[in-house]
Amino acid sequence: MSNDAIQYFAAKFSEEKNKSGALAGFSEKAMSDFQKLGLPAIRHEEWKYARVSNLFRKDLQYVTAGTGISSADLEPFRLPASGQATELVFINGVFNKELSAIRHQPEELVVMSLEEAASGNYADFIKANLGHSAAYHPDGIHALNAAFAGSGLFIVAKKGKVIEQPVYIYNLADSRPGFIFAQPRTLVHVEAAAQLQIAEQYITIGGNESFTNEVFEVVAEKDSIVDYYKIQNEGPLANHVGTTHIRQVGKCLTNAVTITLSGAMVRNNLNMIMESEHGESHMYGLYLLDGKTLADNHTIVDNVMPHCYSNELYKGIMDGESSGVFNGKIFVRKDAQKTNAYQSNKNVLLSDKASANTKPQLEIFADDVKCSHGCTIGRLDDEALFYLRSRGISEKNAKSLLLHAFAVDILDNIKLEPLRKHVDSMISERLEFNF
Amino acid sequence: MLHIKNLHANIEEKEILKGINLDIKAGEVHAIMGPNGSGKSTLASVLAGRSNFEVTDGSVEFMGKDLLEMSPEERAREGMFLAFQYPVEIPGVSTTNFIKTAVNEARKHRGLDPLDAVSFLKLMKERMKLVEIDQSLLSRSLNEGFSGGEKKRNEIFQMAMLEPKLAILDETDSGLDIDALRIVANGVNKSRNKDNAFLLVTHYQRLLDYIVPDFVHVLYNGRIVKSGTKELALELEERGYDFIKNELELAAQD
Repeated sequence: MSNDAIQYFAAKFSEEKNKSGALAGFSEKAMSDFQKLGLPAIRHEEWKYARVSNLFRKDLQYVTAGTGISSADLEPFRLPASGQATELVFINGVFNKELSAIRHQPEELVVMSLEEAASGNYADFIKANLGHSAAYHPDGIHALNAAFAGSGLFIVAKKGKVIEQPVYIYNLADSRPGFIFAQPRTLVHVEAAAQLQIAEQYITIGGNESFTNEVFEVVAEKDSIVDYYKIQNEGPLANHVGTTHIRQVGKCLTNAVTITLSGAMVRNNLNMIMESEHGESHMYGLYLLDGKTLADNHTIVDNVMPHCYSNELYKGIMDGESSGVFNGKIFVRKDAQKTNAYQSNKNVLLSDKASANTKPQLEIFADDVKCSHGCTIGRLDDEALFYLRSRGISEKNAKSLLLHAFAVDILDNIKLEPLRKHVDSMISERLEFNF
Repeated sequence: MLHIKNLHANIEEKEILKGINLDIKAGEVHAIMGPNGSGKSTLASVLAGRSNFEVTDGSVEFMGKDLLEMSPEERAREGMFLAFQYPVEIPGVSTTNFIKTAVNEARKHRGLDPLDAVSFLKLMKERMKLVEIDQSLLSRSLNEGFSGGEKKRNEIFQMAMLEPKLAILDETDSGLDIDALRIVANGVNKSRNKDNAFLLVTHYQRLLDYIVPDFVHVLYNGRIVKSGTKELALELEERGYDFIKNELELAAQD
């Protein structure tokens, strides 16, 4: 239905066009890219496992108008210690200011819609930075998000502010009317020496399928620290394609942790663009899958400048008929001498029908670098299981002890303690770990 | 306590144990000695329930029950303990939590309530002294980055915590320096009483200088070919395993 999809979204685009104001040029360019590129086909190497074009069925609905979600509907999904956090809400991909609660002072954190930002003081910044990720994702699905960027969100962490309380973003899809499509879009500017922690959570309300196509861009300035957490536990009917694109435009520290616990088809792109010398980035991921879930993590570390350090560890546990995919690209450009880049992906398969596909992809054009990568796919270690059982621990408990230990390695990197405990309890519940 | 009758076991079609007979009573310490490849560790593994061995014949009764019918965890809860030759490193599993879980599983099996935090810590402190193990070691992940000696001490510490009826020590002396050996042996000796028993599997006699056995058995080519008292171990030390082999050959010629 690729042609039908193009027509469907072209019609939606012209309906909304008069609203796009300051972002009109950006959106129109993206719409024309979408029409040219179409939807990524399965034969496209980057989309071999995440069969995204199959999702653009005739019953897919792109509804951005008000859906009657209230704050009471949101209540059960709020992240821990949310009372002190700034909570920002997207409903069907549209930033909803009424349901959001901005609890930070404007001297430290600025929040507004992208549209508003593009027509005011931030116009130049938006113009220069919105859509930087497109160069890394020259595909129709990425362009489709950009075409509707006007309903997105803009966040600024102000210069020198150490922002202790996190920013929580709830991406809610209201699938009560049917198979719903949502396109959240966010641009974050972390100014010099600011520190910001962001957690994104995804929610589908209603018993139908949902499909979220998200682009989240971060520009991190000199001496800033950014922690980004992505928590996916929406249930087996939720599909997701999301790109998190983090640029280090000055020497800074950026960390990302991606946790995927359920979904139908989930595709996460995570990019760390090392544009300044001596930058440091960490990328951690855990996918704990069962049923027929497919989770496909594609990561890019682009070392543009020399002396950068990056470390990456992704771990997967697959049960049932689930499948985990990892693709890790590390680019070291010609001038990026003295790059240190490490990558590791470890998978445990718990059933005969589960699968894991892992592919490190290193493209190195500098000659004085340290890069390493490794990947494993295996079962639980029999000897470790026997060791635990020989001490009287049941096979079931021994397995959950080992799996929890395998997973906890990733969770330790969630520095926001209430969030770490929350994720740990979700994982413990899944693994029936209760020690 | 333990009655092994005509035990045969294979690994991947290869017969390793070729008819073992052994009786162990409460209060006894038995040592199994033998050259490399004689089947010593296989015997220990089969008794603890390691799955890559297949028992093809014979029977094992432990505390009046059919041991071979039990899963490894059931054997442990019934009071069997294997001190591993190569204790496994398990990153992410805290040693203390692990031992607490194990102790409480055993208590549950005996119809006892789980130990509360205070009593557990008290028990732990007491048993830590027994094997001179440091608290810092126990707050780390299970065996992760432990030296060889620390791992073996951790095995004996677990034994002391679990208070098994029968403890099998699989080459616990290998790789230990003399101080560590003395500490380990001391832990075993202090745990000895009239209600429990020990099976020491070892290649060398030196462990038996510190833990004095009631009986010594020589395992050779999958069978117990000679049994005696602690003097047998000294004789083996002095004359080497060849004297056993020679005796067997002479016997075969007769």
